[in-house]
Amino acid sequence: MAELRIEDLAVSVDGKLIINGVSFGVRSGEVLALMGPNGSGKTTLFMTIAGHPRYNVVRGKVMLDGEDIIKLPPEERFLRGLMVAFQTPTVVPEVRLSTLITAMINKINGRKLTDPAPPSLVNSLMKGIQEVGLTPAHLSRGVNHGFSGGEMKRSEILQLLMVKPKVALIDEPDSGLDVDGVFAVGKALLSLANSGTAIVLTTHSAKILHVVKPTRVLVLNRGRIAAEGGMELVEEIEKVGYENFLKAR
Amino acid sequence: MGMRHDLYNLIEDGITPEEVLSKNTPVRRSVEIKGEVTKDVVEELSKIKREPDWMMRLRLRSLELFNKLPTPNWLPNWVLDNINLEDYISYARPDVNRSSNWDEIPPEVRQYYEALNIPEIEARALMGLGAQLDSEIIYINIRKQLAEKGVVVLPMEEAVQKYPDLVKQYFMRVFPPEHKFAALHGALWSGGVFVYVPPGVRIEAPIEGFFLISNAGEGQFEHTLVVADKGSYIHYIEGCSAPRLSKYSFHDGMVEIYAHEGAKVKFTTVQNWSRNVINFNNKRAIAERNAEVEWVEASIGSVASFVYPSTILKGEGAKTEITGITIANGKGHVKENGAKVIHDAPNTSSKVVNKSISANGGTAVYKGVVYVRRGARFARSHVACDSLVLDGDSKAYTIPHDQVFDDTAVVTHEAYTGRISEDKINYLRTRGLTEEEAKSLIVLGFISDVTEGLPFEYAMVLNRVIMLEFSKYGKVA
Repeated sequence: MAELRIEDLAVSVDGKLIINGVSFGVRSGEVLALMGPNGSGKTTLFMTIAGHPRYNVVRGKVMLDGEDIIKLPPEERFLRGLMVAFQTPTVVPEVRLSTLITAMINKINGRKLTDPAPPSLVNSLMKGIQEVGLTPAHLSRGVNHGFSGGEMKRSEILQLLMVKPKVALIDEPDSGLDVDGVFAVGKALLSLANSGTAIVLTTHSAKILHVVKPTRVLVLNRGRIAAEGGMELVEEIEKVGYENFLKAR
Repeated sequence: MGMRHDLYNLIEDGITPEEVLSKNTPVRRSVEIKGEVTKDVVEELSKIKREPDWMMRLRLRSLELFNKLPTPNWLPNWVLDNINLEDYISYARPDVNRSSNWDEIPPEVRQYYEALNIPEIEARALMGLGAQLDSEIIYINIRKQLAEKGVVVLPMEEAVQKYPDLVKQYFMRVFPPEHKFAALHGALWSGGVFVYVPPGVRIEAPIEGFFLISNAGEGQFEHTLVVADKGSYIHYIEGCSAPRLSKYSFHDGMVEIYAHEGAKVKFTTVQNWSRNVINFNNKRAIAERNAEVEWVEASIGSVASFVYPSTILKGEGAKTEITGITIANGKGHVKENGAKVIHDAPNTSSKVVNKSISANGGTAVYKGVVYVRRGARFARSHVACDSLVLDGDSKAYTIPHDQVFDDTAVVTHEAYTGRISEDKINYLRTRGLTEEEAKSLIVLGFISDVTEGLPFEYAMVLNRVIMLEFSKYGKVA
């Protein structure tokens, strides 16, 4: 049973306080939906938890299975079971998507980075690309190189499916996806949650939440948690918009 | 056979080939020539080798040219200062009898090759092997079925004795002593492999020549000549290594290739000299009608290297492909890996792909010439140079030069210089890779389209060595 606990986290970027005292927790199998207007701090929160060096932790803890990982480099956090799917992932034209996924799996299993992919990985990759709506051609292209916005999302989700991390932080998996894409990604996330991954995901639309059915919903505003509840929060935001929703709190 | 795995694991454990070789004890020499390169020295060398007159004359003429020709003014001063020939041993014969059986090679010599798994790779993947230690070929062997088909693989000296008429037609005629270091090579050449492939014979697995320098302060001047007769095919692989040396050694080899009508020659070099070797190499091919010559120059080791594989497309429809991979990793390292193509007939085509990586103060240079003579109708040439510069202390230069004198020619050039951004590294770190691993993966990916064309063993070892280069020396402050 994996658990991520964020305790009183405060984060600044270039001297400006972006996250100011956020606490929440998520466990295996749970899906936590993190909502909030643009600039409320969702991406900063994920980047900080992932260990990106540009984000300066002012105070607080990031506890993964009882261990504070806030001082660990990003690669160590990944190896302890934490993985982020980015809203706008970086393009790495030199490294093929299949090479990256193989390297990640090799690293997790203590093998050499450039060892060939084991047959089991090849099989699950072939299944995985179908699930998220990519083709073998995408695997042999550079990571996100020439990918459309939607293909980048699908590639991030594919990586999650292959790794099956303890905790997945997924930043707007549905933006830029067509209706079929939202449905496919939603289903993939649901199966990931069912296989035991604790999921935190951000979104601006209720569509994907109707597929993944979050166990809880948090609303972030100006670096703090403004509301906490269930799907009823999503419906209210959809109906009245963030401004009115937040005014009413 | 655990040998390959030994090397594999050593490299994995962070030990470079130069360190593997450094564990060995130096081999005794039976003959050594040292000091200023004079007429007497050249004559003595020729006598030791019991050469026919024509070869001695060729050497002496080369020496004359060497003394006359100007020193290239574009070589870095520190390189010139360190190839002061009076300080070098220009001929070193190891105290060992040549054999075609590894068991007959004394263990203290064999160990050098075994440390790099050469005998095992030979048994598994090669049709023939010539192994040179310092100035002489000490081992040479080809598969019986090749000998039966008339394929000749001999130490260069032996070919001069046995097939003088054949050798004379090509020897330093493909690459005449036209510049100072080609001339020096002509005066002092020793060792190297002669290959002749009869008409229509296709050698499906590679033949390799492996060159070792075992001592500091030594010059190596091996001469390789590959003659592919009409419609034949050969893939020749050249490997070079040296232990870590206490001071510089100097390599000034030559490769000449003659591809007759319809023949195809692929020539692959994996240059992994230790960091104390200054490497010059003179490489040129002539391709007759519809012949194809493919050069792959992987320039991994050595502190300074100047190599420009060249092809003269002499016959109509001849083709060439010149691929370069260059690693310039370390302060002061200068690695020039270029290409030269002469379109001398109609409908000839050339493709040059050059990939360089510079890091930690290294400088990678592509210098290239594409020449299309008037009347070489419908020549096509494409040159693509990609450079990856890993940090602010390192440099990459791309200096292409096109001389096109026929208006039907299509000659194109593209160049790209990339850096490894923080963003790329940070992204890969969130995927579990350390900074060094992220860089290695980007570097390997960057050159993968060229390494994938290499035979599996070589691609694998090359990948491991490159990974090691960047994990060991790749720390960027």
